[in-house]
Amino acid sequence: MTQVIVTVMPKQGVLDPQGQAVAGALGQLGFEGVGEVRIGKRIELAIAGDDPAGQARAMCEQLLANALIEDYSIEVPG
Amino acid sequence: MSTTVAVLRFPGTLDHDSAVRAVEGLGATAVEAWHADAELPAGTDAVLLPGGFSYGDHLRCGAIASRAPVMAAVKRHADAGGRVVGICNGFQVLCEAGLLPGALRRNATLSFVCRQMELEVADDDTPWTSGLETGAVISIPIKNNEGAWYGDPDAARVVLRYRDNLLGSTDAVAGVANAAGNVMGLMPHPEEACDALLGSTDGQLVLAGLIA
Amino acid sequence: MSDVPLHRQLGLTDDEAALIPELLGREPTDPELVMFSLMWSEHCSYKHSKPLLRGFPTTGARVLQGPGENAGVVDVGDGIAVALKIESHNHPSAVEPFEGAATGVGGIVRDIIAMGARPIALLDSLRFGELTSARSRHLFTRSVAGIGHYGNCIGVPTVGGEVSFDDRYEESCLVNAMCVGVLGPGGILRAAAQGPGNALVLFGNKTGRDGIGGASVLASAELDEAEDKRPSVQVSDPFTERKLMDCCRELAESGTLVALQDLGAAGLTSAASEMAAKGGVGLDIDLDLVPLRETLAPAEILVSESQERMLAVVLPEKLEEMIAVCRRWDLDATAIGSVTEGENLVARSGGAVVVDLPARLLADDAPVYEVPRVPAPAGIPLDLATIPEPADLAAAWADLLARPNIASKRWIYERYDHLVGANTIRRPGGDAAVVRLPGSDRAIALTTDCAERHCEIDPRGGGRASVLEAARNLACVGARPVAATDCLNFPNPEKGSTGWRLAESIAGMAEALTALDVPVVSGNVSLYNESATRSILPTPVVGMMGLLERADSSVGHAFADAGDVVLLVGDDGVLDASEYAASPGGALPDVDVSREVAAIELVLRAAEEGLLRSAHDVSGGGLAVALAESAMAGGVGVTAEVEPGRRDDEVMFGEGGGRMLVTLAAGDVARFEGLAGPAVRVRWLGEVGGDAVVLRIGDNEVALPVERAREAYERGLPEALA
Repeated sequence: MTQVIVTVMPKQGVLDPQGQAVAGALGQLGFEGVGEVRIGKRIELAIAGDDPAGQARAMCEQLLANALIEDYSIEVPG
Repeated sequence: MSTTVAVLRFPGTLDHDSAVRAVEGLGATAVEAWHADAELPAGTDAVLLPGGFSYGDHLRCGAIASRAPVMAAVKRHADAGGRVVGICNGFQVLCEAGLLPGALRRNATLSFVCRQMELEVADDDTPWTSGLETGAVISIPIKNNEGAWYGDPDAARVVLRYRDNLLGSTDAVAGVANAAGNVMGLMPHPEEACDALLGSTDGQLVLAGLIA
Repeated sequence: MSDVPLHRQLGLTDDEAALIPELLGREPTDPELVMFSLMWSEHCSYKHSKPLLRGFPTTGARVLQGPGENAGVVDVGDGIAVALKIESHNHPSAVEPFEGAATGVGGIVRDIIAMGARPIALLDSLRFGELTSARSRHLFTRSVAGIGHYGNCIGVPTVGGEVSFDDRYEESCLVNAMCVGVLGPGGILRAAAQGPGNALVLFGNKTGRDGIGGASVLASAELDEAEDKRPSVQVSDPFTERKLMDCCRELAESGTLVALQDLGAAGLTSAASEMAAKGGVGLDIDLDLVPLRETLAPAEILVSESQERMLAVVLPEKLEEMIAVCRRWDLDATAIGSVTEGENLVARSGGAVVVDLPARLLADDAPVYEVPRVPAPAGIPLDLATIPEPADLAAAWADLLARPNIASKRWIYERYDHLVGANTIRRPGGDAAVVRLPGSDRAIALTTDCAERHCEIDPRGGGRASVLEAARNLACVGARPVAATDCLNFPNPEKGSTGWRLAESIAGMAEALTALDVPVVSGNVSLYNESATRSILPTPVVGMMGLLERADSSVGHAFADAGDVVLLVGDDGVLDASEYAASPGGALPDVDVSREVAAIELVLRAAEEGLLRSAHDVSGGGLAVALAESAMAGGVGVTAEVEPGRRDDEVMFGEGGGRMLVTLAAGDVARFEGLAGPAVRVRWLGEVGGDAVVLRIGDNEVALPVERAREAYERGLPEALA
């Protein structure tokens, strides 16, 4: 099994209501100098087979990310 | 003098108006407490944190609201023995603020659930259940997405349990109190069960705990 | 760049493109051309439906605001006014069902807010392909999730609606959302801009590249290649919408606003041109002042459909106060321009004027087209011989109860908060929702309905049937119908018989509305719902509101006590176009509007006199399903006797006939019959009692235990989705 880390983020230019709300809250708590905040998901997968990154890419295309509004990146550590 | 209940309002609080109506139906006076204020309104006897989606439920339910300026004042009020009840999102805020044990997780149904529920009184020695006997059953609706309480029931004071543990709460917990009993949180909505026309008045029995 | 002329890429016809320089007296700038293309689209201009819509009754003693504003408003007595409107968000929901459905709810809620009203209820009328299709299951479940996400987060209860599944919606699903709101002490706010010198304030979310479809053609010529990947899906932000609701309520009640308008389709272009045209004034906007989420070209700012934004006209001396209220709710608010003398909408960017034209050209002067009216051939009556008569009628009955079109919709409505606000007296699952009017002894009842299969065979009859079914649903909860809103979902009106079906459906609806004395106060048209291979059924959805003078007098559909007498009001049904027959085509008897209205009036009178223990509309699945539904809701059985007809399954499952099932205490039957005029047929069916639904058809007896009915009814939808 190979450890694969998928990061799914809202696409640049797509509204991120969650990031916007957290940015506002950080400002209210007194953290100054915080610009844009964007919030995504980290998905850890254990994948068997020869091409774990390719598998993960297919999973992103079919399920893990919504290509209309989200980008994803795939990392295979080690 | 009638009891004055401060009803909190955060951005995204939804049940402020119905909570005010429920409080007034008990003969108490309701005043709005604004999230950005550092103090509770003068003359506050008890505090109600109503339900809703404060800050859009972003990050974690109740997390952002629990850090609002007014929450320090709520903490001082609770530490001094004042009564505090959190309903649904208000319960989530109290857990995030450390005023109640445990946390609320995603429902086992993996969906939002709006349904009338039967609750069993687990502890009749709290202000919130003083008009009820342990084992009594009351009917109050739930409406939440993240309403499964997770925690150590032995370390918490369980006040209400679901008869049908649909949401997957630890030990079927629907509501818990702090050790002293003056602070309680529950996922069901007693303010939605204070009028026979809407199907139940059992919520009044719980909210009567606001009135010392 | 493509060789196709820019106007065609934007969706304008050659004739329309030629008309624009004539009207302007010069060639339009590129941003102006984009604005025309959107404002002259069917969605914004109703250019194919406007002449037909004039057939609807739109006036009445209760009407405070008819069609043409963001929503209609009616007086419901006790000094209370209620705003209502239904709108479609079909295409966005087919592209991205979660965000499409969610932003559909957001849009209709802002229409209500823009009237100065506080939203108190939502309903959704949905159509999808059969759930045997994976794509339809995906579209359906994600649309429901999106509606729930938005409605639940903004704290407006979703109290009702309807859904049905038919493979003709496979490629073009329908998501129609209806919102109802209560006007505050500030009265009605309107969109008309007034008072040269007043400030124009944009507030709510920042502007981004959301929902920019056609305009991206132009933008790609103006922007770097690197920025070419532009998302057009609108992302919903219900948290900001809730803040907008609370903020607008405060602004409306304090009388801070001169005019208010939401930003929907065509964004700032539509909002500004309508505000200016309605007010007969000009507007001067500096696009450099619009708060942006990212760099945008002027044309993109003008047509962006970023959600959760509103546009207000404010007196200069109230500007500071208005912005302070927005800040208190953590909302951006920026004065982006002002009201001017004249009639021109002017937009500036980088100091240069990029748009300068009379607002009415965009808002009012789109060309209007007559649709071709090619009648479809009359349907051929269903040949009963093609439907095998079931050996076990009880099993067929249970199977019908489990069909997604008939089965319990609990799976849907439990995902919606239908209680928030603590005013929901009758919850989803009955004939109509009943919602208390806050601070009053009165309540309103709400329903959405459409007889789309009937509309396909006989659009005039189907139009009548859609309206009459809505009225029956209201009468069955004891509410007198007072106002309607409509959402006309059709395929391409320029092709085949669609234009005729559209015109006939509207005519049929208008006949029934006139007979009921129910005006249409708002509405929406959604055309071109078709793919290369399939067109939707004609789907004119009716949203109707009824009034109960006493909130505690509503009637439910649950059988009450054993011994109550069950009566059937109305005529016989047939299997043509029924759920049971599930075969396309057929021919239906004429819908006799005056007979059906008389039956509705009888049930209303009986409800008002407190005679009814229960009442239930007989609709999909016919008499057998209606009896079972009332039995399940009451947890008690019934025994009913009916005359045999052509076939027992037709007697049990036939639809139509304008029927309602009522129950009364035995002692009240004579009074009820005394209320019935000669035009209404009332039949004694039997008595409530026992633990089975028993139907005696002549010598034949069919029995379905209530618990077996419930098992099928509750299993149907979850099983179809598993």
